[in-house]
Amino acid sequence: MKSFVFPEFQIIRDEQKCGQCRGCERQCAFGTHTYDPVADRLISDETKCAGCQRCVIFCPKHAIVIRPTPSFYRPNASWSREKLDDLKKQAETGGVILTGSGNDKPFRIYWDHMVLNASQVTNPSLDPLREPMELRTFLGAKPDLMDISSQEGVVSINTSLSPNLMVETPVLFSAMSYGAISYNAFRSLATAACKSGTYFNTGEGGLPKEMRQEFGRCAIVQVASGRFGIDAEYLNCSAAVEIKVGQGAKPGIGGHLPGEKVSELVAQTRMIPQGTDAISPAPHHDIYSIEDLSMLITALKEATNYEKPISVKIAAVHNFAAIASGIVRAGADIIAIDGLRGGTGAAPKAIRDNVGIPIELAISSLDRRLRGEGIRNRCSIIAAGGIRCSADVVKAIALGADAVYIGSAALIAMGCTLCQKCYTGKCNWGICTTDPRLTGRLNVEIASQRLSNLISAWSHEIAEMLGGMGINALESLRGNRDHLRGVGLHEWELDVLGIKGAGE
Amino acid sequence: MARADLCGDLSGPEDAPLRPEEAEIDATELETRALNDRLRELLLSGVGRVRIKNVCGQRYIGTRLYTPQHLKMDIEIFGTPGNDLAAFLFGHRITVHGNAQDGVGNTMDAGEVVVHGRAGDVLCFSMRGGEIYVRDGCGYRTALHMKEYEDKRPVLVIGGTSQDFLGEYMAGGIVLLLDLENKGHQANFIGTGMHGGVIYLRGSVEDCQLGSHVAHCPVDQSDRKILDHYITKFLERLPEVASRREEIVNSPFVRLTPRSKRPYSSLYTY
Repeated sequence: MKSFVFPEFQIIRDEQKCGQCRGCERQCAFGTHTYDPVADRLISDETKCAGCQRCVIFCPKHAIVIRPTPSFYRPNASWSREKLDDLKKQAETGGVILTGSGNDKPFRIYWDHMVLNASQVTNPSLDPLREPMELRTFLGAKPDLMDISSQEGVVSINTSLSPNLMVETPVLFSAMSYGAISYNAFRSLATAACKSGTYFNTGEGGLPKEMRQEFGRCAIVQVASGRFGIDAEYLNCSAAVEIKVGQGAKPGIGGHLPGEKVSELVAQTRMIPQGTDAISPAPHHDIYSIEDLSMLITALKEATNYEKPISVKIAAVHNFAAIASGIVRAGADIIAIDGLRGGTGAAPKAIRDNVGIPIELAISSLDRRLRGEGIRNRCSIIAAGGIRCSADVVKAIALGADAVYIGSAALIAMGCTLCQKCYTGKCNWGICTTDPRLTGRLNVEIASQRLSNLISAWSHEIAEMLGGMGINALESLRGNRDHLRGVGLHEWELDVLGIKGAGE
Repeated sequence: MARADLCGDLSGPEDAPLRPEEAEIDATELETRALNDRLRELLLSGVGRVRIKNVCGQRYIGTRLYTPQHLKMDIEIFGTPGNDLAAFLFGHRITVHGNAQDGVGNTMDAGEVVVHGRAGDVLCFSMRGGEIYVRDGCGYRTALHMKEYEDKRPVLVIGGTSQDFLGEYMAGGIVLLLDLENKGHQANFIGTGMHGGVIYLRGSVEDCQLGSHVAHCPVDQSDRKILDHYITKFLERLPEVASRREEIVNSPFVRLTPRSKRPYSSLYTY
């Protein structure tokens, strides 16, 4: 069937500059560029272009420009070009439209409507270059009361403490499974996490055996509805275990890793036959209630001899705070909430773009709900989904989070340009693919250095912002909404966020 | 806090032999965690066989018995163990003299469970290895998302029948339902989303009971070999029904297999 969808991008090649080196042809896994030996020139097929900019960046002569196509359907406020294109694609194939990365729709980004405080005169600001700034955070349940006794100058803690994760800076790498991302990308995250005193999350694709000894200590291993790659050894080699109930990019639905991506190594790690689809059902079919969840949490605590904190990850949706309260009461040590803009390797576009709520509102509701019920100490909150910079981290913590997960930001640090074609398995940046020709493009040493640099840069910025507010420990900022003011927000939004308007 | 003592030696011998020391636990008044503490202590102290008396609803029995050395234990349970018996089981053997409840063999990796009675819902959920034999019937959602990988091929043999949603999303393994009481298979929605493994039913099943991703056909000679093997093992473990061997082996069986390894491959467009 002739496709009526026109190309998304226009490729402009400066023939004066182009040296026919065929670099662009080699760089593009989508097959956009081909060499015509008769004419001795490169020809570009715009219908294949993903707009990932790989060829642009790697063209030695800077001869290529790729930009959104100027072609248009007659402008129509109701029928945008995206709506028309999607509709045409579905008319041509009858399928569910897939996409990757996070929600790209213009929902209000609350981070950009909140401003931070700074000290002036009466409460002097602190200089992080000469004052110690405490960014270290402990994630996990804290006791209601601490019973301490002292005998002959030796202080001992009588309360039995729950296992906690110690993280040097409140930024962790979000769950991205091996299989969805490449081995090199996965290993880069692990390497950087260990180096930077933080944690990476295996997602539901298992943890390759040869990585367990070295990286287990900074791995949060996931147990998701597909239960791939899970055995007692996987659980016990980790720092913490996370039950994935939902994901911000696709709340309420499961996932299908297509057989093409299940290579020999992916199959080994997930412990499924090579080339079969890895199907994660929408719910965990052993969890239909809070009581069932409590059972899985306890089963995991049993399986790990009560030595590791158990996290439960849910998507931020309507009434999720009440559910989260149940999750805390079910015994979770950490709740990870993933907001509307959370990323994914593949999700139906209709779900990604329309389901869930913004993380900023979610953090605030959850923190207040748990405080209101007097159980905030019984779990830590990790916020995820749309954290783009250190200021977002600081604002998230002021709204009540203990730490944040970054997914898209980490991928961007490694080279991702958010072209949203993750689901094709042809990522030209070697990140979201299992094709060995492409994965080799990502050098673990360099990529992990980029990630460590990011963590280190953000940590400095966080310390600067804290110092500016006259705070020397992250703990003093947690849930400290007094340091936030809203700009351009409605009354109800200020209420949900629990902050005052700027100038008040 | 938990960071220092994380990774011990991960390379343990694959099959540590069962050790001869025996012990007995009286589970009366013991809470779940206390019972499992006791079991773990015994395992670490070198005990290879444990009899647990008066079990009444204690959960996760067998779950906390992973050791880097892959120590193995043989556990006999008298009474009614609670939910998630043998969850994440790592190669131990458990015999239940009584009924089991929900979640037996949840995400089990290796080992064997024999139930001299019936099992509840979500039996063998996501099980990847080992064998489970249940003398009587079981509840809903049996063998959901059971998997297999290389030499790990889980097996479930049920003396009775299952309720609805049997084998949903099943990706591997062998499930065998013997219907020894000749009640007929009543389950509906069998094998929705099934993309691997095989289910054998003694007797027959109607098309309307099956999910759309399942094909059924009578068994052939190679199936009979598999059936014979596992029926023999079932009867060895549950000798109370052994006298019916000939009748069972010679009965008609139906084989259910997935129509496709990729049931959702045409669902998406790009």
